[in-house]
Amino acid sequence: MDPNDFARELRRLVVEVSKRAGVGHIASSLSIVDIMAVLFTLYLETAETEQARTRFVLSKGHAALALYGALHLCGRLSRDDLNRYCADGSELGVHPEHTVAGIDVSTGSLGQGLSLSAGSALATQIDGGARRTFCLLSDAELNEGSVWEAIMFAGHRNLGRLTAIVDLNGQQALGRTRDVLDLGSAEDVAAKMSSFGWSSVVVDGHDTAALAAALAPHHTNAPRMVIARTVAGHGVSFMEGQVAWHYLPLSDQQYYLALRELAAMA
Amino acid sequence: MRKAVIHELTEIARTDERLVLLTGDLGFMVIEEFADTHPKRFINMGVAEANMLGVAAGLALEGYRPYCYSIATFASLRPFEQIRNGAHLHQSQVRVIAVGGGFGYGTAGITHHAVEDVAVMRTLPHMRVVVPADDRDAEAAVRALHDAEGPTYFRLAKDSRVLDGLPGTFDEARLQVIGDGDVLLLALGTIADEAMRAHASLAARGIHVRVAVATCLAPPPVAHLAELLGAASSVVTLEDHVLPGGLGSMAAEVIAEQGLACRLLRLGIEETHFSTVGSEAFLRRRAGLDAETVAARLATLVARHYLRAS
Repeated sequence: MDPNDFARELRRLVVEVSKRAGVGHIASSLSIVDIMAVLFTLYLETAETEQARTRFVLSKGHAALALYGALHLCGRLSRDDLNRYCADGSELGVHPEHTVAGIDVSTGSLGQGLSLSAGSALATQIDGGARRTFCLLSDAELNEGSVWEAIMFAGHRNLGRLTAIVDLNGQQALGRTRDVLDLGSAEDVAAKMSSFGWSSVVVDGHDTAALAAALAPHHTNAPRMVIARTVAGHGVSFMEGQVAWHYLPLSDQQYYLALRELAAMA
Repeated sequence: MRKAVIHELTEIARTDERLVLLTGDLGFMVIEEFADTHPKRFINMGVAEANMLGVAAGLALEGYRPYCYSIATFASLRPFEQIRNGAHLHQSQVRVIAVGGGFGYGTAGITHHAVEDVAVMRTLPHMRVVVPADDRDAEAAVRALHDAEGPTYFRLAKDSRVLDGLPGTFDEARLQVIGDGDVLLLALGTIADEAMRAHASLAARGIHVRVAVATCLAPPPVAHLAELLGAASSVVTLEDHVLPGGLGSMAAEVIAEQGLACRLLRLGIEETHFSTVGSEAFLRRRAGLDAETVAARLATLVARHYLRAS
């Protein structure tokens, strides 16, 4: 599927399924839809066996709905299962579990996914293999000290098979990231990563062609860091850039408005 | 005990290429044998234990067998959430080599006294918690559990010790039993040396107690423990660990849940906020966990038992 078509479908799924479940974290999921579309159409679902499959760690686990939607679009998760998102007894919670087919790692506690990803990439380095490991972080997650331990480690060990993406939407639970713990502009963040030995680039996180280029296999020893400038709630005007939408679920009226806007986007 | 385990890992790694040793920048004059023999699979993670345990879970995900080496406090308390959400949640074959359980780093001060680690690790239902009694025991446990499913926490004494009278084997379902008597001294592996000395000094005075050394705290060796506790009138538990959640707690759980009549006296660390430093022997004495104090408590119990019996 074309990444833009995939993204369009995924945006609609995020809104539909979250409404059905009455659960929030919608803006965080919409923020990463284009990134997920590029990863899932171009880089993740290509291998024949589970072991050879490229690894993907959604370190910002609270956007799991976008991951479930992507797995559904790849035919790995049924619509029935998807419709049971956050239902009693479902395996599909707000944060993802590795017991679900297609999900490599359970996440949810911010600051832990990059270390796991570094471990996976270290295994590849010891093996002398070629498997890639992708890790998607939120910008607020960079508040966690353990992320910087992993950044130091991956840069120092030249884990070239590791690619991290920061979903830089500028928002976190209680405010703007620049007001909570300011890490500077996207370029400032990229410069920080480069200073730890990563190959860093800033891209528009809603431009699938730019993302595809930034996430393409690179042939240096340095781990890759893609700083993706995004908009939380991307595609839904009343949600975009509004901190309240970190948690809120949609009312009926908001739901139909959101679907209309997403349809118009296409 | 540290060196014995590193030697064992060096040997296992000769035939198992999946074995990787990570250290949180610790192990001077201990870890070199492995580092020199298997340089590609020895990784100094720096002073970054949270990342070390996360990376270990990632390595295990790809089929490696990572062993994470650090001082017990830093290997258990700092990265606890990484252990919980990584190795434990994913049931991966990560091993924590936690050195200096109890007062092993006595002169280093309270930050280095690992006295809550067993309790913390016992809260994870699928974490194996192993506390060897001496070097041979530690080697045997590491080798026996290398292929075991799921994560394992090894709580090791810092210094080398070999205890005569212990079999030097490892069986996670059984305690190591020495001697016989109506009163049972139940000791945690890391402080089994004091228990053995107490046993010997009492025996020299004609006072006979049975000693059982617990080297596997989780899964708890319930059947064997219940058998030993059921045969005793009183049990004294001895641990270089705080009382809540440790060996004494485990004994209390078994006594209560099995409806046993055995009386329980728990000896452990009751005050952890003192700032005094000293040798392991000194700090044990100060906490009332040394062989002499333990022997005196046992002698009193045995005397009471005979008085009651007569």
